[in-house]
Amino acid sequence: MSRRRPSGNSATFVRAPSARGSTRKVAAAPQGASRSKTRVSDRLDSWAGHHSTTAVESLARLLRTPLQSLLTWLVVAVAVALPAALYVALSNVQHLGYSWQESSQVSVFVQRDARPDAVSALQARLLARPDVATVEHVAPDAALEEFKRYSGLGRVIDGLERNPLPDVLLVMPAANGLSAEGLQTLQGELEQEALVAEARVDMAWVSRLQQLMHLGQRLVLALAGLLAVGVLLAIGNTIRLAIENRRDEILVVKLVGGTDAFVRRPFLYTGLWYGMGGGLLALVLMALGLWWLSGPVAYLADLYQSDFRLQGLGWTRSLQLVLLSGLLGWLGAWLAVARHLSAIEPR
Amino acid sequence: MIRFDGVSKRYGGQDALARVDLEVGQGEMVFLTGHSGAGKSTLMKLIMLMERPSQGQVFVDGRNLNRLSRSQIPYYRRKVGVVFQNHQLLFDRNVFENVALPLQIAGYQPAEVGRRVRAALDKVGLLGKERQNPVALSGGEQQRVGIARAVVNKPPLLLADEPTGNLDPELSADIMTLFRQFNDVGVTIMIASHDIDLLKRMGKRVLGLSQGQVVHDGVLA
Repeated sequence: MSRRRPSGNSATFVRAPSARGSTRKVAAAPQGASRSKTRVSDRLDSWAGHHSTTAVESLARLLRTPLQSLLTWLVVAVAVALPAALYVALSNVQHLGYSWQESSQVSVFVQRDARPDAVSALQARLLARPDVATVEHVAPDAALEEFKRYSGLGRVIDGLERNPLPDVLLVMPAANGLSAEGLQTLQGELEQEALVAEARVDMAWVSRLQQLMHLGQRLVLALAGLLAVGVLLAIGNTIRLAIENRRDEILVVKLVGGTDAFVRRPFLYTGLWYGMGGGLLALVLMALGLWWLSGPVAYLADLYQSDFRLQGLGWTRSLQLVLLSGLLGWLGAWLAVARHLSAIEPR
Repeated sequence: MIRFDGVSKRYGGQDALARVDLEVGQGEMVFLTGHSGAGKSTLMKLIMLMERPSQGQVFVDGRNLNRLSRSQIPYYRRKVGVVFQNHQLLFDRNVFENVALPLQIAGYQPAEVGRRVRAALDKVGLLGKERQNPVALSGGEQQRVGIARAVVNKPPLLLADEPTGNLDPELSADIMTLFRQFNDVGVTIMIASHDIDLLKRMGKRVLGLSQGQVVHDGVLA
């Protein structure tokens, strides 16, 4: 059934001697060149070269269909900008909270019949504490004057037989006593003083603000997680379409010996570019939003005699955002590639 | 170079190949013929590892293809050049880039790629058209680009499935001359064709397939 040709070196997978009576240069390339193809450093160079060409080519491919690419970038940008903007808002509130907390003071009400020199001694003693920055003494008469001026109850107060107000020491905590716990400790220790009737600090809003911050952070994190999944799926779907569009090319590449990694590479870079482009666009969106809001916010802050100003993301965070977004795109591409590339096999 | 040992390939209940034994030596030029559905394409697909046999073993250059894992297939395919009837060129790139593809995949340096691609295009007589899109070429020229791509990597084995199926007799003869020249420098070549006149003119060994079996082996008279 089968016929066998005499063949001297059938076991070797190399080219047979070329001559066979013909002196024409008929092979595709001269024989000597085959030696160079096994050099490892060449392979490595060429591998790195293929990475950079693929990176550039896939970006160029995206820019050839600008409208379509812009749509994907916008989808990614919105999904990235939303949690990022909330994060920025949160850190601004936090910043604002710190500046309020700085003004949080403890009002120390001195016993009614305390002698003035005892009050001065107390004031000096409190000032000596390491967790106290300043102590301001408000004498009863001065307090009554102020109350009369701001309350509008001047006539009523004038009718009082004697000043019902005690001496008050306004204690401003030092920086190290600023935490909610620190304030609580300070307040407790102040109340131990014999001369002190009551030490009052509006703790509630400080801890409430902190709890709200924690809640806000978690919400932002959850939202970011959900939207990240959204980005993964959106980019995965875009890459799936790209794979379908380049089906012929994938088949040919596989037929002429392209490895899975080789076939995968352009799509992974495409995903990376979608992600990073979306991240950059998100930064632009956020910068626009910040610019749009910063005017009114500054005006509002001025009305409250505050020098508070809106803070953006900052360079490091911005870079992180773009890289993270790129990573998401790359992962999304992996999802699509893992699912759809193996299905395209030459038949 | 190629050895089939009791190879069967079944699709559904149908035998595309039924216990085929054959051997093709190194440096041979062999034609496969038979009606469509006789098993020519299946036989070639088994050699290209586009399919796996249901039974039996295929050896190429002493290697048992059953033992090649999925991840080894690309490296194996780089040593087998293939020419298709519909040439499978990519129309989103020019002639040069089409031919360069196997070299880029195999990881050649750009300078080396350029040299080899031009040598291959020179061989098929298309050196002047390397910047053109294959869409702008005639059918015969497209097929020659396909051949240049198949040989640019200097594979020891070249398969061609109906390479002249869409060409007129004169162009077919040109293409065959090209294959014969590659065979002259030691490339083992297997060509599927149902053009009996052409097979007779070539005077090479012909394997006739019918219903999945080899029914003829030898030069056509």
